[in-house]
Amino acid sequence: MNAMKTPIYLDNHATTRMDPRVLDVMLPYFTELYGNAASRNHEFGWAAEQAVDKARKQIAELIGATAKEIIFTSGATESNNLAIKGVAEMYAEKGNHIITAATEHKAVLDTCKKLEKNGCRVTYLPVMGDGLVDLDMLRESITDKTILVSIMYANNEIGVIQPIAEIGKICRERGVLFHTDAVQAVGKVPVDVNRDHIDIMSITGHKLYGPKGVGALYVRRKGPRVQITAQMDGGGHERGMRSGTLNVPGIAGLGAACELARLEMPEESKRMAYLRDRLRSKLEAGLDEVFINGSMEHRLPGNLNMSFLYVEGESLLMGINDVAVSSGSACTSATLEPSYVLKALGLGDDLAHSSIRFGIGRFTTEEEIDYVADKLVDVVAKLRELSPLYEMVKEGIDLSTVQWAAH
Amino acid sequence: MAYSDKVLDHYNNPRNVGSLDKKASNVGTGMVGAPECGDVMKLQIQVNDESGIIEDAKFKTFGCGSAIASSSLATEWLKGKTVDEALRIKNTDIVNELALPPVKIHCSVLAEDAIKAAISDYRNKQGAQA
Repeated sequence: MNAMKTPIYLDNHATTRMDPRVLDVMLPYFTELYGNAASRNHEFGWAAEQAVDKARKQIAELIGATAKEIIFTSGATESNNLAIKGVAEMYAEKGNHIITAATEHKAVLDTCKKLEKNGCRVTYLPVMGDGLVDLDMLRESITDKTILVSIMYANNEIGVIQPIAEIGKICRERGVLFHTDAVQAVGKVPVDVNRDHIDIMSITGHKLYGPKGVGALYVRRKGPRVQITAQMDGGGHERGMRSGTLNVPGIAGLGAACELARLEMPEESKRMAYLRDRLRSKLEAGLDEVFINGSMEHRLPGNLNMSFLYVEGESLLMGINDVAVSSGSACTSATLEPSYVLKALGLGDDLAHSSIRFGIGRFTTEEEIDYVADKLVDVVAKLRELSPLYEMVKEGIDLSTVQWAAH
Repeated sequence: MAYSDKVLDHYNNPRNVGSLDKKASNVGTGMVGAPECGDVMKLQIQVNDESGIIEDAKFKTFGCGSAIASSSLATEWLKGKTVDEALRIKNTDIVNELALPPVKIHCSVLAEDAIKAAISDYRNKQGAQA
C-alpha cells in the first residue's frame, strides 16, 4: 500500500485532479494530430473533427442529449454567460424577465446583474433553510414577460441538489426556457436533460477530472428548439452560437472525462458518499457544537459543509495547513465578506465564519479521510480553548443577548 | 496567504492563554469585536496594587491567525509595564513586529482596542473603590 502523501486535497468543488486516462486521450491532439477541426479538406482536419465528434457523443450520452445539441465553450463561466445573455438577446421581443436564485454561482448572478443594467428585470429567489428553492415561489414569480429561469443543479458550496425535474416541468408548462448550471452535478449524479426538462445546461471539464479551459453548453434542438444569440463574432463555429477554433485536445479530454464518469458513476458515487458519511460521523463523534449547512438528503455524494461553532474558519484552516479545503469565512474570501450562499440559508455571519467545505473526489482515500477527521478534532478543540465565545457558552451565557462592540 | 514566521509561532504556541478573575478589583477586562465580524478578543490584565505594574495578562481570541497572534503578542508586551506605559502600545507596533499584511491591520487595531478597554475597566474599578 502507498504511504499517504500530504497535502491532502479535499477541495474537489474548486477543481479536480485530471484523470491520467483523460490525459492519455488528449496528448496526441497536441502533437501528432494538431489539425483544425474546421479544416474540411485534409487529413489533419478530419482527424481533429473526428475527435470532436466523438467527444460530442460522449458528452451527449452522459446527459441523455444528442450530439448536435452540444456546443463547446471555454468553460462554465462562458457557458453561463452565453446561455443567459444569448437567451435575453434572442427572446427580447417576447419578454425581459429572468428568474434565478440567491445561491447561484457568480457567473450567473453577475451576468444577471449586467442584464439588469441593460433593461432586463431579474428575480432572485431566496432559498429555504436547507438550501432548496421554494417551488411555489418559483411558480408565483413567473409572469408573461418571463423568458428564462436559471437555477443551478447542485451548489458549489453546500452541494445541495435542487429539484431540477420539478423546476423543469414548471418551466415547460409555462412556456419558459430553463437553464441550469450543472457543473457540480454532471458526472457526479445522474443528469438527464429529458427527464429533467432542461433546455440549456452548462458543463465544464475540470470539475469532472477533465482539463481546465474547456466546457460545453447543451442547447435543446427539439421541443422546444432553443435559439441563442452568439456573444462573440467570428467564423460561425458551433452552429453559429460560439465562434472560435475548437480546443481539440481539451474537447477530446472533456469527452473522455464524461465517458469515464458515465461508466464509473454508480460505483464512485457510493464510495464518495461512504467517505463523506465517515468524515461526518467522525467529526460529530469527536466534537460538540458542529452544524451541517444545507440539506443532507438532497446533496452531492462528495460534499460536506460544516460549521464548527465558536471557531473562526481561517484560523481553522491554518491549523490544518496540510489539508486543502475551503472556508466560508470572510477572511478567506477576496471580498472579505462571509459566504453569501450560507447567508442565503439564513445562517448568521458567525456560523458562516466558522464553516468549512469538504469536497471529496475520485482520488480521495479512506486513510486521508481518517487523517483529516482526527486532525480537525484536535485543532477545533485547541482553538476552542482559545475562544472567548466557547468559554462564554460554557458559562451559560447566551451569545445572542450580548451587546458586542461591533467594529 | 502566507503567514510570517512570527504569526505562525504565536498561532502554534499562543502565550498567556486563559482567564483571570474578572471580579477581582485589580483585574481589568477588555472584550472587543463581534462574532458576526469574525473576531472577538478578550484581554485581561492583573495589576500589582503596590507597584502599579501589570503582573499578569491573559487572552482568549476568536478570529483568524493574525488576530490570535496580535492578542498573544499584546499579552507578552503588557507584562512588566505600568498601566501608563501599556497605553503607549500602538497597533502599528504590532503590525511591524508580526509583519502583518494590509488586510490584517484591523487585527492589530482590535488588539490595541482590547488593551485600552482592559485598562479602562481596571481604572473604573479603581476609581469606584477610591
